[in-house]
Amino acid sequence: MDLHLQRISHSYGPLEVLADLDLAIEYGQIACIIGPSGCGKSTLLRLIGGLEKPAAGQVLQVGEPPAGSLNPLTYIFQDFALLPWRSVAGNVSLVLEDHGLRAATRARIIDDVLARTRLSDFRKAYPRQLSGGMKQRVAIARALAVKPAVWLMDEPLAALDSQTRELLMDDLVELWTREPFTACYVTHNLNEAVRLGHRVVVLSRRPGRIRTVVQIDVPLAERKERGVELSQQQHHLWELLREEAQAADQELLNA
Amino acid sequence: MPERPDGGRPVAFRGGGFTARAVGVVGPAVFVAVIVLWELGCRIGVIHPLVLPAPSEAFNAFMELADSGLLWKHVGASLQRLVVGWICGTVLGLSVGFMIGLFALARAGLAPLVAAIFPIPKIALLPLFIIWFGIGEGSKVATILFGTFFPTVVATYGGVDNVDRGLIRMGQSFGLSWFSIVRKIILPGALPAILPGFRISAAIAIVLLVAAEMIGAEFGVGAYILLAGSLMATDQLVAGVAMLSVLGVTVNWLIGRMEKYLLRWRA
Repeated sequence: MDLHLQRISHSYGPLEVLADLDLAIEYGQIACIIGPSGCGKSTLLRLIGGLEKPAAGQVLQVGEPPAGSLNPLTYIFQDFALLPWRSVAGNVSLVLEDHGLRAATRARIIDDVLARTRLSDFRKAYPRQLSGGMKQRVAIARALAVKPAVWLMDEPLAALDSQTRELLMDDLVELWTREPFTACYVTHNLNEAVRLGHRVVVLSRRPGRIRTVVQIDVPLAERKERGVELSQQQHHLWELLREEAQAADQELLNA
Repeated sequence: MPERPDGGRPVAFRGGGFTARAVGVVGPAVFVAVIVLWELGCRIGVIHPLVLPAPSEAFNAFMELADSGLLWKHVGASLQRLVVGWICGTVLGLSVGFMIGLFALARAGLAPLVAAIFPIPKIALLPLFIIWFGIGEGSKVATILFGTFFPTVVATYGGVDNVDRGLIRMGQSFGLSWFSIVRKIILPGALPAILPGFRISAAIAIVLLVAAEMIGAEFGVGAYILLAGSLMATDQLVAGVAMLSVLGVTVNWLIGRMEKYLLRWRA
């Protein structure tokens, strides 16, 4: 399933956040969206997943989601959004409970996704007992459980320290390599963008418009070894962003 | 550590204090000390028996009551009023609190009304309660019910307001039904605010018990205290008040256990 964004504009009151955005998120690819802070990246993601209505334009689903997909558009949140009163298994179970699945089926799915995220030993732990990286892996397991057609990832690694971030990036690359998924990945971290993105969409400062789309052809699994190429890409992206970031930095908040 | 030629001084520790430490025995010890001092004061004659009866006298009054077989009649009658009134008030309070928390229309209509009626001392309404609910159990239960209803409403919608919006958005993003979001996200999320509300409403219920039993009650701890008061039988009065105090401590402990169980997911 592809997603097509057509002439999306959005504003909060008089504040225009996104202007006239056209974008296609293509099957089996990770599209990274980068931009200076406050450029409407997260808003864009909420619009794509239907958590907010755009002021103008529309988001179209093209094609059918994969068979058995319980929640085609599935988010990974920056703050993990785990229920603190549910165990690891309970948090995964939450998103399966409204679908009329049999208890045995639910248990099988939970076992499967916890095994795939190497969380089987922690199924009874509460979120407060887990590190940030583990929490985000629970959130990834929860997303896997509903077989998304498109992953909508809102700065999923931003709340983690840099070492954990490396580990989680490896996990994501491994997940993708084993079974390619479609994702829209919002980040302000250029390194994440060049490590995980097949295409990197660079947004301008507010109101967000697409400045350029950079294609990165190096296969995800090889990117770690080809660091020089990547750091050139990263440098190139930074050149594109620098002015925008500087200007955004000078703007008054809530002007 | 190698010693430096000038010897050096260790950095002084200045990070102490301001943390809660569990000091187990102090609470009961203070209790015992106060009672012992009080008893001593009465024995020596510093405290005149008319001013305050000795704890031992109050205890004797309590034993007399127990021997007469009326103790359980009084306690039973009071417990029944408390339990019925508190449960009804709490159930209604939770329902209205959730309505205010979940529906904008209910909030607009009911929140100001609750704010207007909450501060009225329910004792002032006793005559009205008698007219509305009769001189029997109805008006007594109603007094306690009204007293517990309002703090529960306020605690409940405060709790609902404080549920992490991010979790609700997560529920919506996974396509959970409205009812699922309320039951699995909002209800447990509001619980840490609702349970302390129970503590307050239970204390208010005990306070109002004496007021409720002013309405022509034959039995009840409140009625016993009132009767003792009008006879200037201060030993019985102190015994009755001590019973209420024990009741309060017990209820508080029960709610504490409930909190520990229901909020075990918290650190």
